Amino acid sequence: MVEVNLWSGLKAFTDGQEKVEIDAKNVGEVLRGLVQAYPGLEPAIEAGVSVAVDGRIVASSLTEPVSETSEVYLIQRLRGG
Amino acid sequence: MAPDGHGTNGFKVVGTRPNRPDGVDKVTGRAKFGADAAAPGMLHAAIVRSPHAHAKILKIDSAKAEAMKGVKAVVTRADFAEGLTGENWNILENVMASDTALYDGHAVAAVAASTPLAARDAAKLIEVEYELLPHVTDVDKAMGSGAPVIRTGAADKSVPEGMHPNVVRYHESGHGDVEKGFAEADLVLEDSFKTEATHQGYIEPHACLAQLGPDGKGEVWCCTQGHFNVQKVCAALVGTDASQLRVTPSEIGGGFGGKTVVFIEPVALALSRKANRPVKLVMSRSEVFRATGPTASTSMDIKIGMTRDGKITAAQGVFRLQGGAFPGAPMEFTAMCAFAPYALENVHQVGYDVMSNRPKQAAYRAPGSPMAAFAVESVVDQLCNELDLDPIEVRLKNASKEGTKASFGPKFDRIGLVETLEAAKAHPHHKAPLAEGQGRGISCGFWFNHGGETAVSLALSEDGTVSLSVGTPDIGGSRASMGQMAAEELGIPYEKIRTTVADTATLGYNEISHGSRVTYASGLATIQAARDTVQKLCARAAAKWGIDEDAVVWEDGCAKPSGPNAGEFEPLPLARIARSMGRTGGPIVGHFEATPEGAGVSFATHIVDAEVDKETGQTKVVRYTVVQDAGKAIHPTYVEGQFQGGAAQGIGWALNEEYIYGEDGRLQNSLFLDYRIPVASDLPMIDTVIVEVPNPGHPYGVRGVGETSICPPLAAIANAVSNAAGVRLKELPMSPPRILAALAAQADG
Repeated sequence: MVEVNLWSGLKAFTDGQEKVEIDAKNVGEVLRGLVQAYPGLEPAIEAGVSVAVDGRIVASSLTEPVSETSEVYLIQRLRGG
Repeated sequence: MAPDGHGTNGFKVVGTRPNRPDGVDKVTGRAKFGADAAAPGMLHAAIVRSPHAHAKILKIDSAKAEAMKGVKAVVTRADFAEGLTGENWNILENVMASDTALYDGHAVAAVAASTPLAARDAAKLIEVEYELLPHVTDVDKAMGSGAPVIRTGAADKSVPEGMHPNVVRYHESGHGDVEKGFAEADLVLEDSFKTEATHQGYIEPHACLAQLGPDGKGEVWCCTQGHFNVQKVCAALVGTDASQLRVTPSEIGGGFGGKTVVFIEPVALALSRKANRPVKLVMSRSEVFRATGPTASTSMDIKIGMTRDGKITAAQGVFRLQGGAFPGAPMEFTAMCAFAPYALENVHQVGYDVMSNRPKQAAYRAPGSPMAAFAVESVVDQLCNELDLDPIEVRLKNASKEGTKASFGPKFDRIGLVETLEAAKAHPHHKAPLAEGQGRGISCGFWFNHGGETAVSLALSEDGTVSLSVGTPDIGGSRASMGQMAAEELGIPYEKIRTTVADTATLGYNEISHGSRVTYASGLATIQAARDTVQKLCARAAAKWGIDEDAVVWEDGCAKPSGPNAGEFEPLPLARIARSMGRTGGPIVGHFEATPEGAGVSFATHIVDAEVDKETGQTKVVRYTVVQDAGKAIHPTYVEGQFQGGAAQGIGWALNEEYIYGEDGRLQNSLFLDYRIPVASDLPMIDTVIVEVPNPGHPYGVRGVGETSICPPLAAIANAVSNAAGVRLKELPMSPPRILAALAAQADG
């Protein structure tokens, strides 16, 4: 299981939890697992999120690997000027 | 991808300063910008825009316009695709209003005619009947009870119950216990700040030439930061297949985020389809101001606690951003960037995205971050002043480093904030004496940077020269830096490579040139495409010599046997292999397609000296130093240019630039005469220091540099002006009337 840290604003959709555990081997599975476990997260994830894995911000790629020891944070999708 | 054998040293071409490949074209007028496009039989278009801030559109009567000589087509919302949802719907609604005009300047109809004058005259003949609705343009008022609702149901599910319907998105993040942290502080300061919307201020207005036939096949030539995005969005908005629409980008006369957005291309396409002729559409300056993306305006509350020796014990911020009549103000970036330079045990940040009757905001260099730095770094400066602490030492004491848990959550990888602070501390500017009436300001700033979808192709010519095709419009000198990276890998002179920004039919999808991604992502793809080419060159040499490919290495632009065991052969230069490639296996083309995900965040520290005339309120920036981590500067002159450009735009944002709305909700300063951007005579020489802390996610260590440079200026200038004036300035721009008002308020006690 991978511990996924959410931004506080998402607590409303995860029974008040800011950290949830998801069975996943890559970023795509993290996102799918989150929606499966907490359907209320779907609009936020569909709107676009990035996933920080061990400090590296993964903006798009669903195939980036994660492991049980990875530090995983959901953050909002990056866009710039 | 980790930095490879090069590290940040040992380069031959990278790090040098060759002439820019587009320089002669630009100084001789040969370069083709958006408005230079032309086609036989082309029509000219004009857009009818709402003169009201908020109004129901009751009727559009185009009969008189259509009867005018030379008029070939009129379009309204009915001429665009139906059934769109999500962001495509928002974009279409902004491109052409449906039943309600949401801001002064909102497009409601468009006309194409045989001359520009005829089109403008015909636009005046299109009669639009409106029913005026109440409007709101201020962020705090738009959130308040009784504010007119811009659009019911626009809010997403993140917004807490009980908020005004104009609050459409909500962000909250942080860690630790801020109340506990404030209790541990010797001094806690709390203050509120506001910033007005500013425009990206690019000199070239939006312009395009579009052609769309009844068969759904079309072409667009336009100035844009992302032609693949133009292709995708236009196809959706006019209802054709993306692959049937070929988009070619022109040279670009500035973008800064404002040309990541589609405004006029779908209108020109819809008119072209109706008239069955090519249609050219060029915005006036007034249209650019009224209807294209300025930044969000903000209202912010900051609270920070500090011990006597300068340790920050807790920090919290509330950031309210209005982004016009559509969701999308970058409040989450404002919140996430706000405290990123500081290693904090207790931090909490909240953001609100608020709609109002203004144009849809667009990204502007590090969207959301400069405003956050203004508010946070102003309070840090106040704390330093009150506790009599050195502002650089305080920032060093609290600085984020590799392994620090960022204010937005994850741990930082290798970062260079401390190195920028140390370089600023060592710079002569830091200790230079100030004259009477002058003040000094320091600020740090942070931006994430980005990778994104990228495709690059590199083809050899028989004469040994190279055509490098990239899909990211050159908004900051990237053709030079791409050429340098290809030259470095191939071992040939920079001048032997021509880099072209290829159209949408030539390469795979490339994300927009945004997020400071181009030198990082297209650069990484260029390096990989060159290495792919080298592999193919080595294979040709191996075949010629009759040895294994593994026994060939590429050095100094030549294939060579890898050692004595590989055999004795004369080195084969690239040009010799290329000369015979048609007879040894065919054309040699290297390519690379990927979504690089190691952009590497970036920090900067700025030092500013400002002089304030307390009688007139006029401010003069007398000295400015930018220190920023570039990871590895491919072309140092361009990196310095990005540093200076960010500082120059920041000076305008801090001191003069603002959107001014009247009581009627109409923009009052939609020309450069009234919207004052800094010109050369307003600016000091801006000194630069390039810090190089390699990004682990790039083969040469590159970090994007285009956006971070605009993060610290608002704060650094505000701190300098406040220290010079002897009163804290809390609202931008710090125009003479605001400075005089602050001085008067201070005198009144």
